[in-house]
Amino acid sequence: MEFSKYPITLTVNQKRYSFTVEANKTLLEVIREDLGLTGTKEGCGQGDCGACTLLVNGQAINSCLTLVVEVAGQNILTIEGLAEGDQLHPIQQAFIDHGAIQCGFCTPGMVLAAKALLDSCPRPGEEEVRMAIAGNLCRCTGYDKIVKAIMSVGS
Amino acid sequence: MLTFSYYAPTSLNQACRLLSEAQGQARLLAGGTDLLIQMKRNLVKPQFLIDLKKIKRLKGIEYDPEKGLRIRALVTHSELLHNPWILGYYPILAQAAQTIGSVQIRNKGTVGGNLCHAVPSADLAPPLLVLNARAVVRGLKGKKFIPLEEFFCAPNQTILKDGEILQEIEVPRMPERSKAIYLKHGIRRAMEIAIVGVAVLMALKPDRRTCAEVRIALGAVAPTPIRVVEAENSLQGKIIAPEEIEKAASIAAAHAQPITDLRGSAEYRQEIVRVLTARAITHAARII
Ligand SMILES: Cc1cc2nc3c(=O)[nH]c(=O)nc-3n(C[C@H](O)[C@H](O)[C@H](O)COP(=O)(O)OP(=O)(O)OC[C@H]3O[C@@H](n4cnc5c(N)ncnc54)[C@H](O)[C@@H]3O)c2cc1C
Ligand code: FES
Ligand code: FES
Repeated sequence: MEFSKYPITLTVNQKRYSFTVEANKTLLEVIREDLGLTGTKEGCGQGDCGACTLLVNGQAINSCLTLVVEVAGQNILTIEGLAEGDQLHPIQQAFIDHGAIQCGFCTPGMVLAAKALLDSCPRPGEEEVRMAIAGNLCRCTGYDKIVKAIMSVGS
Repeated sequence: MLTFSYYAPTSLNQACRLLSEAQGQARLLAGGTDLLIQMKRNLVKPQFLIDLKKIKRLKGIEYDPEKGLRIRALVTHSELLHNPWILGYYPILAQAAQTIGSVQIRNKGTVGGNLCHAVPSADLAPPLLVLNARAVVRGLKGKKFIPLEEFFCAPNQTILKDGEILQEIEVPRMPERSKAIYLKHGIRRAMEIAIVGVAVLMALKPDRRTCAEVRIALGAVAPTPIRVVEAENSLQGKIIAPEEIEKAASIAAAHAQPITDLRGSAEYRQEIVRVLTARAITHAARII
């Protein structure tokens, strides 16, 4: 059976892209392989680890469980879209200042999950921060420094 | 993931037509948090994928003081959590939605997907069962109304036939002097599939001591989410007292038919049903 390709546009980090994709491509695959934005990671591929977290219209989602055709025309933010030139985003700077990064594999997803939280709730309590990153696994830091980093941006 | 033809119809009619024309080779896509995992593992291999997200008729929550609540199939768990009608009149639904997966999962996962995937542990099922919800199902021939109790047939199997789509869930008003509670047992508070889920709705008589009506539903302890009418009957009309609560909880446990799996043994689950049912009844009766 013949399967066709689908023409779509995506706005990624405020830049518009048009291309044709196969229906079975995940947003994660397109971001990493077609756009070369390899800050977004694949850990589990099944919604458990959050390493693939992206913001779609400001909402955190697992890009490994999202087809690119599903989000055609929408606004995507990846970790590469956060800094302005050499100026890191305050959340990125806070992660560095608090030693909230070790191997760094979870960091892009953590930072974006934190951004989604802080955008809707500028001064979260510890419980809110922990719930907001419950879907992001970190095997290095023990989470505490990540929680403190996120709370420092809010305060 | 194997590839497929992708459709994003803009009306329910179109979606129903596509679905029946595909003769069993199509799948409906809502948030994809269950379906895409099955497709990645080649457990499901649709030739056609019909994305429902362009259909406006499947979005949104409505409330009418007379008729109650209408939750359209594409409403996400995050929307449930923030909706003022849900928070005000049906907080049990927000409480259950809060326990589902992570923010990322709640932003994509939908009410329709949760019910249609039809796993015994679906967290919205026990709360909607005790709320006496009914499913509005749309097919080529029109609409059908199905009490949620008749909606689940077996693990991963609903009463929906080929060409049918779950359009919305209707939830009547809660009875006078009533409170509903969902308790989920898991090891963690997030990213956890229920080991046992218990929902209880308790309505008291004007004396606020006698049970006017009680509804009890269990998740993750039978092939489908279930109501335990026998336990409900034992409490109906009684003055709420510890012995009566214990009796109803024991009957609920006896009617659970759990399996042993990596999350817990059958015996353990049965005991948890007893404990959580008693706890939920006590709580619901106390805070009215
Ligand atoms: C990491 C992770 C954690 C999770 N945690 C939980 C949890 O704690 N509790 C819980 O209950 N679930 C959990 N889930 C399961 C899942 O996220 C939910 O069940 C979710 O609500 C499914 O909705 P969806 O829109 O993503 O469904 P989809 O995957 O899009 O669809 C699921 C099934 O329903 C069918 N379907 C969808 N909409 C309709 C409709 N309107 N009419 C007819 N058929 C339809 C689809 O064809 C498919 O077969 C988790 C999943 C993941 C990946
Ligand atoms: S790679 Fe998407 S959640 Fe793990
Ligand atoms: S820093 Fe290594 S996984 Fe989080």
